[in-house]
Amino acid sequence: MSLPKTATSTLEVEVSRGSRFRSGSSASTKKKKNIHYGYWWWSVPAILMIFAVHYVATGIGISYSFTDYKGIGSYNWVGFENYTKLFKDEILVDALGHTVFLAFTFFILVNIIGLACALAVNRSLKTRHILRTLLFLPVVLSPLAVSYIFQFIFQTTGPLNSLLAVVGLEDWQRTWLADPKFAIYTVLTVMVWQNIGFAMVVFLAGLATIPQEIEEAAAIDGAGSFSRFWHITLPLLRPATAISTTLAVTTGLRVFDQVAGLTGGGPFGATETLATQIYMNTFAFGQFGYGSAIAFVFTIVVMIAAGLQLFVTRDKGTYS
Amino acid sequence: MNRYTKLTFLREIGMWIVAILMLLPFYLLINTSLKSTSDAISTAGYTPVKNPSLESFAEVTQGDGARTLFEGLFNSLFITTLAVCGIIAISSITAYVLARRLTRLSNVTFYALLVGIVVPSQLGLVPIYIGAKSLGLIGKTWGLSFLYVAFFLPLAIFLYSGFIRNLPTEYEQAAFIDGASRTRVFLTIVFPLISPATGTVAIMTGVIIWNDFFTPLIFLTGSGNETLPVAVYAFVGAIVTNWNNIFAILIIALVPVTVLFLLLQKKFIQGFSGGIKS
Repeated sequence: MSLPKTATSTLEVEVSRGSRFRSGSSASTKKKKNIHYGYWWWSVPAILMIFAVHYVATGIGISYSFTDYKGIGSYNWVGFENYTKLFKDEILVDALGHTVFLAFTFFILVNIIGLACALAVNRSLKTRHILRTLLFLPVVLSPLAVSYIFQFIFQTTGPLNSLLAVVGLEDWQRTWLADPKFAIYTVLTVMVWQNIGFAMVVFLAGLATIPQEIEEAAAIDGAGSFSRFWHITLPLLRPATAISTTLAVTTGLRVFDQVAGLTGGGPFGATETLATQIYMNTFAFGQFGYGSAIAFVFTIVVMIAAGLQLFVTRDKGTYS
Repeated sequence: MNRYTKLTFLREIGMWIVAILMLLPFYLLINTSLKSTSDAISTAGYTPVKNPSLESFAEVTQGDGARTLFEGLFNSLFITTLAVCGIIAISSITAYVLARRLTRLSNVTFYALLVGIVVPSQLGLVPIYIGAKSLGLIGKTWGLSFLYVAFFLPLAIFLYSGFIRNLPTEYEQAAFIDGASRTRVFLTIVFPLISPATGTVAIMTGVIIWNDFFTPLIFLTGSGNETLPVAVYAFVGAIVTNWNNIFAILIIALVPVTVLFLLLQKKFIQGFSGGIKS
């Protein structure tokens, strides 16, 4: 649902840092202090709504996680019982592992492939605009609908297996969706396939900010194409990388639709993720207390990942 | 440096191969949807259809399931439109006030609101669900729109603020001097000037809300007001293995966004990468 949520937070730091500085130093803003821009109360509806939905509701959710609330009637405080239960629950511990695995591999693959595509269609190609459009198309489509197409492809009698038979690779045939070892890779495939275009577009926007003269100068100085990429393009792509990687990690951690469309969490819980477990326990089984505990663990995992991301891709130059 | 060399040509060919591979699922989608039920079972998925028929489309557009599908289409349109309008209306004025007033308080408020971008919604959804249930709001389309507005305000305010801060204040000052009211200045001068940001906000939040499955699954299932993804989920779940019919449903579900995307491709791509330039 909230695909680009954290992604933008990386950017926020820079945007505001840059522009605060500008507006603070410009004399015109100081001189014209008597001019009022809008009324302060214009911001009240947004403040109230955000406060209610993002602060109060989340706070209440955390307090639920220490109860045995079933959604109706009274409830008891149970301390950390939900949490001890959670970490003893094999399905859940596995789901946590799957979530982290999916998010991590997704983040690596989608960024490498997305960057490669961005570099490939950046300049000189005659058909670059058509290619961009085609590669971006999957991004705007419903992940659930797309997952059904892939469910068809990965079926035992589906096109993938029949194609493998045609090219003589019968040994490679699998019951992709029903094999606990391979089912998670089908989820990963759909995630990567659908988000390559997004990563590509973010990197393309980053590439557009790099003046071509810098690369030309390096080329004249004798830098090879790989060394130009490694020492010039990649460091200058840092803001784009920060956005794209944060986005990938948070999208990866939230995976839900693809699992619902492909495997429904099966076989034998092999593709359960934290998001599907939150849904099952809370809204299907009505264990609001336990579900909230899972959701809180999920929130912490997302926040840690976003924090790590910010730390790793921070602008090292400004601090040294 | 930008000469078109042999290597560039090879790169072009290579990228077309990549693009065609990426688009293969769509070939399978259209190909299979045009097959008759018996053909869809007896022939391999990639075998081109011999006698294209619209049998599957005729089948899925009749009966109760089809009604849910078209109602889903309408519900999704209604919810998305209402939510996006609400997001634009509220976030534009909020971002304007917070970005133009350089006080400590507005600064603190700005960052406090942005925290909402990072926190995942799942944890808050549980109490919201219970609250909505006790208020009888579960299953109401406008209720879900309202929720979406609250969810996406932080992102929209962030996108708007970046844009407004880089906007010169001269136009507004001139209008103030000419005696225009604050409301009028915003409506007739600022809002038209920030329309690129409005485009970014509309496209980003619109696509995410239109495709969202998790929230409407929780809030609308069984209400008769399901959105398109929830209707597709229910419909496909009931069909089990008639892939030509399933694919006909998917095509109906995917066509609106695809057409809109192909018409406004530049705007879409700019919208999704919109954050990075500011």
